[in-house]
Amino acid sequence: MTATKAPTEPPAQRTVRRPGDRIFAGAARGSGIFILLVLAGVAAFLISEAIPALTAASSEIPDGKGLGPYIGPLVLGTLLGAVIALLVATPLAVGIALFITYYAPRRIAATMGYVIDLLAAIPSVVYGFWGLAVLAPKLVPFHAWAADHLGFLPFFAGPASASGRTMLTVGIVLGVMILPIISAISREVFSQAPALHREAALALGATRWEMIKMAVLPYGKSGVIAGSMLGLGRALGETMAVAIILSGGAGATVNLISNSNPSTIASNIALRFPEATGIGVNTLIASGLALFLITLAVNMLARWIVNRRADFSGAN
Amino acid sequence: MAKRIDVSDLDIYYGNFKAVEGVNISIEPRSITALIGPSGCGKSTFLRSLNRMHEVIPGARVEGKVVIDGQDLYGAGVDPVDVRRQIGMVFQRPNPFPTMSIYDNVVAGVRLNSTKMKKSAMDDLVERSLKGANLWNEVKDRLNRPGSGLSGGQQQRLCIARAIAVEPEVLLMDEPCSALDPISTLAIEDLMTELKERFTIVIVTHNMQQAARVSTSTGFFNLNGVGQPGRLIEFNPTEKIFSNPEEKATEDYISGRFG
Ligand SMILES: Nc1ncnc2c1ncn2[C@@H]1O[C@H](COP(=O)(O)OP(=O)(O)OP(=O)(O)O)[C@@H](O)[C@H]1O
Ligand SMILES: [Mg+2]
Repeated sequence: MTATKAPTEPPAQRTVRRPGDRIFAGAARGSGIFILLVLAGVAAFLISEAIPALTAASSEIPDGKGLGPYIGPLVLGTLLGAVIALLVATPLAVGIALFITYYAPRRIAATMGYVIDLLAAIPSVVYGFWGLAVLAPKLVPFHAWAADHLGFLPFFAGPASASGRTMLTVGIVLGVMILPIISAISREVFSQAPALHREAALALGATRWEMIKMAVLPYGKSGVIAGSMLGLGRALGETMAVAIILSGGAGATVNLISNSNPSTIASNIALRFPEATGIGVNTLIASGLALFLITLAVNMLARWIVNRRADFSGAN
Repeated sequence: MAKRIDVSDLDIYYGNFKAVEGVNISIEPRSITALIGPSGCGKSTFLRSLNRMHEVIPGARVEGKVVIDGQDLYGAGVDPVDVRRQIGMVFQRPNPFPTMSIYDNVVAGVRLNSTKMKKSAMDDLVERSLKGANLWNEVKDRLNRPGSGLSGGQQQRLCIARAIAVEPEVLLMDEPCSALDPISTLAIEDLMTELKERFTIVIVTHNMQQAARVSTSTGFFNLNGVGQPGRLIEFNPTEKIFSNPEEKATEDYISGRFG
């Protein structure tokens, strides 16, 4: 909406390209091509190595039941953990970001920002051990409570785990892990909500929360979605934390609180790869391809959501 | 429902910087008051202190009294949110909510007031407000399109529609026509003359002809030098200001012998 200055020079007949411009354009184009090549290389590797598993007889696949039954529970486990993480982290992250940008006194806001960023610097092994040693035992009573009171939902069918090493615990740990990513990006977009529109809301007699609803959240929505998808990507691919907490390996179940849980693709690859041979390796790589496709689909979905109401986004 | 505004000994600060000093002014109901003066003399600052929008800026504060029909706006226990619901504001740069449709923009303030309204009553209100802002004919077929898709002049009239939809008692306008072409400007001036029947209007303008055309009274702000606070130099009926001002500084300014 800022008035752009009209070009002062008349359009040149023959465009003169300056060397700096040419070098920069070349470097930018080079980087673009490079990233495409890397991506194509990874995809080609995944596909070519997965083909033997895709064409093999079911009896050759580890566990002997075929590729679908092998990968299916892993996909389910991956999605379950990541979705729980997202459900836990997104509302919390948005709340934190709003608090930091619009409620907290400036000094507290800055400190909180650093603390949240610190969360992102903790290696995932540490999260894994924290989940195993601290969070899992603490969540045992909640597991029992959920089995008693929410047992009618398939997610809480029970029997409640006595160790707390469940999909629910994993999801919560993953949620804490992706919290800083989502809140950092949300904070960034919230703080850029134009003063023009914030003042418009306030001048109409909006309270601070109403101002946020009218002028900040709509503006920041696509940023929050983008942040969530980044977080989701991390949760989908997280290996160590899941491998440490979850005993995994059970079949497909959406029961989140029992001792038998499906593993996730990434942690299954990490645990099995060292001993895998022959077609077993190809099977693991095929599961990796599945993870690649899931992540791709998630990103495309996010992009679609962000673009859907582009003309209402405030970008024009 | 227009109301009178009495300001006494008003000092306005940004942190430690005193931007405006010692304003005393009485604004009659159902009148248009124009505020003129050189850039940086505190016109916008003063205007924003009338609906407590000034304090939205961190560190900004006000000393003195602003009384609207007997109620001190800065009295203890007065909620700025209530003040702003009674005193509407139109900004220099049009600022319709880009994520809302034209329709939703018009009723944004009404929705805040949380009175549940029937769809038909809401439709009527939108039509009435847009007609009041001289915009209805241009947008009646695209009420569900985003407000940001309108031209600058249309956006400004949309903001006026949004402000008058809540039936405020006072309407503050900060250079509402500075980004508009002469035709939209005239449309908004006509609109102000109509709105004067119902509201008390205070308008900041750099356009002398505009002040002379629309206002009943005019206040001239000036400042003695950079870093000094701005002051209200003269406040008189517009005719007097433009024909026979009391102060030499006023005369110099309106006749272009400023600075
Ligand atoms: N957000 C702010 N923080 C600090 N100082 C400010 C702020 N806004 C305005 N000022 C200062 O207050 C003084 C008055 O500014 P104001 O915007 O009220 O002037 P104005 O009369 O509206 O000028 P213009 O005609 O250019 O709009 C100026 O010295 C300005 O630098
Ligand atoms: Mg101004």
